[in-house]
Amino acid sequence: MAKITSLDDLRKIKKNLEEQISLREKAENPESLVQIKVGMATSGIAAGAKEIFTFLVDELEKRNIPAIVTQTGDMGYSYAEPTVEVKLPGQEPVVFGWVTKEKADEIIEKYIRNGELVEGIIPQNYKTIDDK
Amino acid sequence: METVNITINNIQLEVPKSTTILQAARMINIEIPTLCHMKLEDFCIENKPAGCRICMVDVKGRRNLVPSCVTECTEGMVIETSSPRIINARRTVLELILSDHPFECLICPKNGKCDLQSLAQELGVREIRYTGEQSTYRMDTSQAIIRNPDKCIMCRRCELMCNTVQTCGVLSAVNRGFMSVVAPAFEQNLDHSPCTYCGQCVAVCPTAALTEVDQTSKLIQALADPDKVVVVQTAPAVRVTLGEEFGMKPGTIVTGKMVTALKRLGFDYVFDTDFAADLTIMEEGTELLNRLTKYLNGDKSVNLPILTSCCPAWVNFFEKNFPDLIDIPSTAKSPQQMFGAIAKNYFAKQLNIPREKLVVVSVMPCVAKKYEAQREEFRVNNDPDVNISITTRELATLIKQTVQDFNSLPESDFDRPLGESTGAGAIFGTTGGVIEAAVRTAYELYTKKPLPKIEFEELRGMDWIRKATVDFDGLKLNIGIAHGLGNARKLLEEIQAGKSEFHAIEIMACPGGCIGGGGQPQHHGKSEIIRARQKAIYEEDRRLPLRKSHENPYITKLYEEYLGHPMSELSHELLHTEYFQKQPEIIIEND
Amino acid sequence: MGTYKYHILVCGGTGCKSSQSTQIVQNLNEEIKANNLENFVKVVTTGCFGFCERGPIVKVLPDNSFYNYVKPEDATEIINEHIIKGRRVERLLFRDPVTNKPVTDSKHINFYQKQLRIVLRNCGVIDPENIEEYIARDGYLALYKCLNELTPTEVIDIIKRSGLRGRGGAGFPTGVKWEIAAASPGPEKYVVCNADEGDPGAFMDRSVLEGDPHSVLEAMAICGYAIGASHGLIYIRAEYPMAIKRLKIAIKQAEEYGLLGKNIFGTDFSFDIELRYGAGAFVCGEETALIHSMEGNRGEPTVKPPYPAVSGYKGKPTNVNNVETFANISPIIIKGPEWFASIGTEKSKGTKVFALAGKINNVGLIEVPMGITLREIIYEIGGGIKNDKKFKAIQTGGPSGGCLTEKHLDTPIEYETLVAAGSMMGSGGMIVMDEDDCMVSVAKFYLDFTVEESCGKCAPCRIGNKRLSEILDKITKGNGTMEDIELLKNLCMVIKDTALCGLGQTSPNPVQSTLENFWDEYVEHIVDKKCRANKCKDLIHYYIDPENCTGCMACARKCPVNAIAGERKQVHVINQDLCTKCGTCLETCKFNAVYII
Repeated sequence: MAKITSLDDLRKIKKNLEEQISLREKAENPESLVQIKVGMATSGIAAGAKEIFTFLVDELEKRNIPAIVTQTGDMGYSYAEPTVEVKLPGQEPVVFGWVTKEKADEIIEKYIRNGELVEGIIPQNYKTIDDK
Repeated sequence: METVNITINNIQLEVPKSTTILQAARMINIEIPTLCHMKLEDFCIENKPAGCRICMVDVKGRRNLVPSCVTECTEGMVIETSSPRIINARRTVLELILSDHPFECLICPKNGKCDLQSLAQELGVREIRYTGEQSTYRMDTSQAIIRNPDKCIMCRRCELMCNTVQTCGVLSAVNRGFMSVVAPAFEQNLDHSPCTYCGQCVAVCPTAALTEVDQTSKLIQALADPDKVVVVQTAPAVRVTLGEEFGMKPGTIVTGKMVTALKRLGFDYVFDTDFAADLTIMEEGTELLNRLTKYLNGDKSVNLPILTSCCPAWVNFFEKNFPDLIDIPSTAKSPQQMFGAIAKNYFAKQLNIPREKLVVVSVMPCVAKKYEAQREEFRVNNDPDVNISITTRELATLIKQTVQDFNSLPESDFDRPLGESTGAGAIFGTTGGVIEAAVRTAYELYTKKPLPKIEFEELRGMDWIRKATVDFDGLKLNIGIAHGLGNARKLLEEIQAGKSEFHAIEIMACPGGCIGGGGQPQHHGKSEIIRARQKAIYEEDRRLPLRKSHENPYITKLYEEYLGHPMSELSHELLHTEYFQKQPEIIIEND
Repeated sequence: MGTYKYHILVCGGTGCKSSQSTQIVQNLNEEIKANNLENFVKVVTTGCFGFCERGPIVKVLPDNSFYNYVKPEDATEIINEHIIKGRRVERLLFRDPVTNKPVTDSKHINFYQKQLRIVLRNCGVIDPENIEEYIARDGYLALYKCLNELTPTEVIDIIKRSGLRGRGGAGFPTGVKWEIAAASPGPEKYVVCNADEGDPGAFMDRSVLEGDPHSVLEAMAICGYAIGASHGLIYIRAEYPMAIKRLKIAIKQAEEYGLLGKNIFGTDFSFDIELRYGAGAFVCGEETALIHSMEGNRGEPTVKPPYPAVSGYKGKPTNVNNVETFANISPIIIKGPEWFASIGTEKSKGTKVFALAGKINNVGLIEVPMGITLREIIYEIGGGIKNDKKFKAIQTGGPSGGCLTEKHLDTPIEYETLVAAGSMMGSGGMIVMDEDDCMVSVAKFYLDFTVEESCGKCAPCRIGNKRLSEILDKITKGNGTMEDIELLKNLCMVIKDTALCGLGQTSPNPVQSTLENFWDEYVEHIVDKKCRANKCKDLIHYYIDPENCTGCMACARKCPVNAIAGERKQVHVINQDLCTKCGTCLETCKFNAVYII
């Protein structure tokens, strides 16, 4: 290990671990971030939720959008799988159905980035599992 | 000198910076009671752990009371030394200390001389409101010192003497809380520790937690036995301190009264250790000259410096701490043991009695002498050369039982033949005295010329380590003197490192030499008492007509009639000894 | 390195480790491997989460799921359900003690909501054995800033302006302490970290050392730079093996990265840190005793002055700070003194970590802003008193703190207010008592601790505390007199006034504060020979109510000393001479027939 002698050395280490650490830091303060849940029960996975999950995680990172992407269980909309719930800071969560990669891309660009509504929102008649 | 202005009990005064409150108060005759504090000014020894919490005073602005023995005066300090709050605190704390102390003053060896007892009296404690469990420990009776830890009040004075002054490291605080006490490591017995029995712990103990092994009962039995002939020898340092036990001024010489008192006690013969001291000089001085001559002739097998060997605690010290140096000290026995050997062999023969019938008693300023008398090598067929060794304090106790008024006793002379001595023997009692006595004789034996000046001021004094060069008619003899075992250790370490510049070194274990011995009347932390004793020793020397050991006619006679010459074969047998490597063994007592 | 989608944080604090958290980590990793999720999930052993009562604790990120009481065998379910299927394992979720409903993420657990973590900022977040994770959280940036942008005087000034005070208990301003040490002349000085945490039940320092050791190392180096010392020593008790291990790893890593040792960041400043082990004596938390112990001497305090800042380790100027104090330093340097001073109250700035214990629902380690009230701590963070009992007292400040009552609940917590209320901040122990606690026994319990831990050097502490304990014992046995109370009062006063060190000067606090706040209970014990909490065995008697006793023999069979007589279907009677008052009969009886008078 080369000795650290400058601020740059410190920053380099910080940058290398930024991703890992930011995951934990974000977790400490989830309200201020975009929270995305992908329904990943058996039916969701069968409908391709896993690919959507990976796509969202990778793309958000690439596009430098701080967000927490987590899996969740069955949202009760089996007919609309894969389903994705997006909660923007300070707003009510919104659930999208029949999400494909293209749809996911649209959600990121339009809804998350600009707050524009995107087609495919399932009317909300439930509480998230966390509230039960 | 930088000073600070302070106010004590509304009295304003200016004191040097770093003066303690206790010192400042004493300057203006304000008495603050103390218990654990002890200061031997001349020796730079001060015990101030601030543990007893008796000397507490109130400093304005401080939340709690402060111990005056360690708190230094600062500019503008306002001090109160005797408010009701302080008096209540002192009395309560003293009651606490007393509540954990055995109530057996009536039969306590320190009865009447106990600092704790005096303080209780001084503070007027008439009841102990806080009573409860007392901490109890195992008694430890060694051959010289008794530890009764139940009576330890954790003043830590002994710890200071044992560690800082004597560097023996035997006594220190062990255990925690209520069960804490001063003891050897693992609470093992002194016998299994590196203890030298120097007795400095006993000398400073305010209570009877540390006392000498009392042999007065044994002595009285011997005196009462009609079949025994009991002789006594008195060490040089006893005659200048015994008077203190009878209220006399420190430094009063009571030789003649002491002899009278001993005779009244029933001793058959009252002899003098000073005689044996003269004999020691003959042997040790000759040994020095022999070694020196060989050394000067290039004999590499000769060890220099030669070290004196009169002090039994010092002998214990190097046997236990410097086993690699046991060839260096003089092989001459101490005066106590030379006396014993001569008495049991030469004198018993003169009386025509077997040695077992003769009881040799010694009065010593020392507790280590009790141990020395019991050494294996100093007995024949299990009959010790010296049967009983008592301290100055024990002698005083005995005299008090038989003599109404010691002060008005007439004076008597020592008996012959073992009671005749010179001034050289007398000065054995102080630091520097043994080497001065040796130089007086060695000079005349070596140069064959009379001494131009008999008193060697350069060898005297109270400094811990002293150095002097004595001119033996062209031969420059480097002499070192140390008292206090910590100082001895320094000189020994120089020898170990091959850096010693000395030809001869005198070592005494106790501060001041035997006048400050562990068997002497308690000095209660007043070093001026030890100084007065030293003055008396040199006065005794001047008082005597003969002042060089080789001029003692009875010594000459002893060699002519019996021993032959110094370092003769018989001398070797009776007057010389050998030393042993004694590594302390750790034995953990289970009780 | 792959990008992990999930982090599973497993608590590696001493508490959780002793409930097999190491095994949990191992099992999780095995499951991850079995499911080929190595690049997807990362398991991190972290420092303490503070909620030790619920350990072992496992937290799954990013959703912050907070699992408690996790067993090694639960690893399979966590991986299969949570990670693979995305369903939280509900049975392992934390349940709110009041509503008994599961709480999904730690942010919504009341225990954490009122907390503000500065000292514990990295505990439970980073892997304490990985220096890079510390650096990623801005670690060693403060040290860089100090060495390159600030003079020692400026560093001291920042600490002074922050208002940080010693977290070891006495609350001496840290900046001033540094300033005195900096002003002491001499090329050889020492920075000492006091990690001799000795209060029973307190483990805040241990948690910091186990969870974020670098925060202490960095702060010690900053202190060294500020006061002109190049040697640091951490005095840590040997009973903290994991903290020692983590510190050793941290020191080694810091040396490898050049953040400790010679010429740190290429500057002239060099600083090394060594560990010194204590043998577990409470009094060695006192700084002079600590220094004597480090020097190899008996751990005993000496009178101050001289203060260690002037003459300390080996007689050289020495700055001694507590672990928690040090853990505050780096954030102050980075975020500025004004930020720190904006937290807390006028005289007590920043946060304080407390170890919350006793009759309270949420036991654990909490970090709260100064000025918070006891009520907020007990009822919001602590989740209230266990079993809906009535709150009686809270003992703060460790064994020599005092017992505070209902009337103190709304007092903001500060150094001064706690002292004024008859207690103290201490190192931050908080023990909650309910109506079932006898306050005389409580006072005796704490006193017995100080009796045990007294070094024995000074008479008032050595003997006085023993006598206090004996008088309390007498009272709890029903043999006390009203005069004993006067004796207690006088002795408490004298011990406080005359004891040598902080241990003795504060040891009577539990007695004084209970005398002050629970006088009635003392009088009841003495005059009525009654213990209202039924805790003092000598003052209570068990009886069987003949009305309710069915003669079922259950109590008689269970009685360990055969003190209950009576045939089947006949009323049982307790022989008072034989009864040891163990309470087994009361617990056994199904018919409410056993009662206490």
